[in-house]
Amino acid sequence: MSATSDARTKIVLRAAQEIKDDMNVNLGIGLPTMLAEHTFHQQNVMLQSENGLLGIGPYPRPGSADPDLINAGKETVTVVPGASFFDSAESFAMIRGGHIDLAILGGMEVSEQGDLANWMIPGKMVKGMGGAMDLVHGAKRVVVIMEHSTRSGESRVKRSCTLPLTGARVVHRLITELAVFDILDPGEMVLVELQPGISLDDVTAATEARFIVAEQVAQQPEPRSA
Amino acid sequence: MSQGKVMTSFAEAVADVADGSVLIVGGFGLSGCPEHTIAALCDLGVKDLVVVSNNCGVDDFGLGLLLQNRQIRKMVSSYVGENSLFERQYLSGDLAVEFNPQGTLAERMRAGGSGIPAFYTATGLGTPIAEGKEVREFDGRQYLLEHAITGDFALVKAWKGDTFGNLVYRKTARNFNPLAAMAGAITIAEVEELVDAGELDPDQIHTPGIFVQRILEGGSYEKRIERLVERTA
Repeated sequence: MSATSDARTKIVLRAAQEIKDDMNVNLGIGLPTMLAEHTFHQQNVMLQSENGLLGIGPYPRPGSADPDLINAGKETVTVVPGASFFDSAESFAMIRGGHIDLAILGGMEVSEQGDLANWMIPGKMVKGMGGAMDLVHGAKRVVVIMEHSTRSGESRVKRSCTLPLTGARVVHRLITELAVFDILDPGEMVLVELQPGISLDDVTAATEARFIVAEQVAQQPEPRSA
Repeated sequence: MSQGKVMTSFAEAVADVADGSVLIVGGFGLSGCPEHTIAALCDLGVKDLVVVSNNCGVDDFGLGLLLQNRQIRKMVSSYVGENSLFERQYLSGDLAVEFNPQGTLAERMRAGGSGIPAFYTATGLGTPIAEGKEVREFDGRQYLLEHAITGDFALVKAWKGDTFGNLVYRKTARNFNPLAAMAGAITIAEVEELVDAGELDPDQIHTPGIFVQRILEGGSYEKRIERLVERTA
């Protein structure tokens, strides 16, 4: 397993614990989409897809994909019992109107203030914000999951973001392959958990943001080998 | 006898689209995209189009075809990550782009078709898209003023439609289509199956025909899938 895929697996396993029974959840494009399969055994969890579906199901069986049934990442999906379809305005009424319990989004940078940047790198990469700017203000809880550092080793957990923002002071929790941070109002970043085999020194060395350490820091157990 | 709303060809349906027209286009990626109407616009060759649509297709399908022909001057979109041609034309300055958050874009269309000139939303506060926009506080929270959007034409795709223009969409191919339909001065709807007025159940209609000025059936839909993902187990 490569270092990157190992990091991503750790992030996804920890992020899956954020999703509780009876929640309506929106999963962003990319890494968060991998969380979907962790929810299908849970009770009454409905995954919202901002293109107009509440109740995303597993990927279709081979040969049964429907071009009229996709998720926000434009992947073919199915629906779970109780699912509904709606238009984009109604979809964002759900989001902006505070009806989504949890949004789990990918990130490029998160600051100690809880700012999130995840939609463009000026002059280099333009993807657009999609629904992320709506989600960060509308969902009741915003969790960002991302790798702790860039490929060149620079911390993505910043004192302040260098990239254009998706939202200011919007992130409640940040999960990386090293640690879990909560961002408390007003702009207080607290280390609350360490990932398996990671020490506080590891996190300090890899983090540009200033953070305080919670009185009790939990350590995630090593995942049981398959 | 009036010809009514039913067009005899896609060429007829788009004949009065002009250079510089503003088009509101339904679809989310390639899902629910009006592929036959887009093809007719490629044939018509009109230029300097302003296209308002969540995405811009892929390089060689959907709205990407208009991009390939350099018929688009400006895009208003929320996400264009699938289109390398788009990125190249934008970064080189050949294509103007206005990024809108997805929910704001949907609501701008809905408002435009509803006679509501503007609305407030928290979306985008503290980001580059807030520049130059009015901020107002309601109940202790700040909101941005966003303006409605309308088009000279709207291009939409539905599953079924009737001769009065009533539309029924299928699954997630609905997406922006009902909102685009509301926001077009002239809305052109293409459907997989066109039936006589009265055959659709009025209780099941998603877009009432009052929002549709032209309708026609498109044969042999390609309905290309952008990302085919299947269960492995």
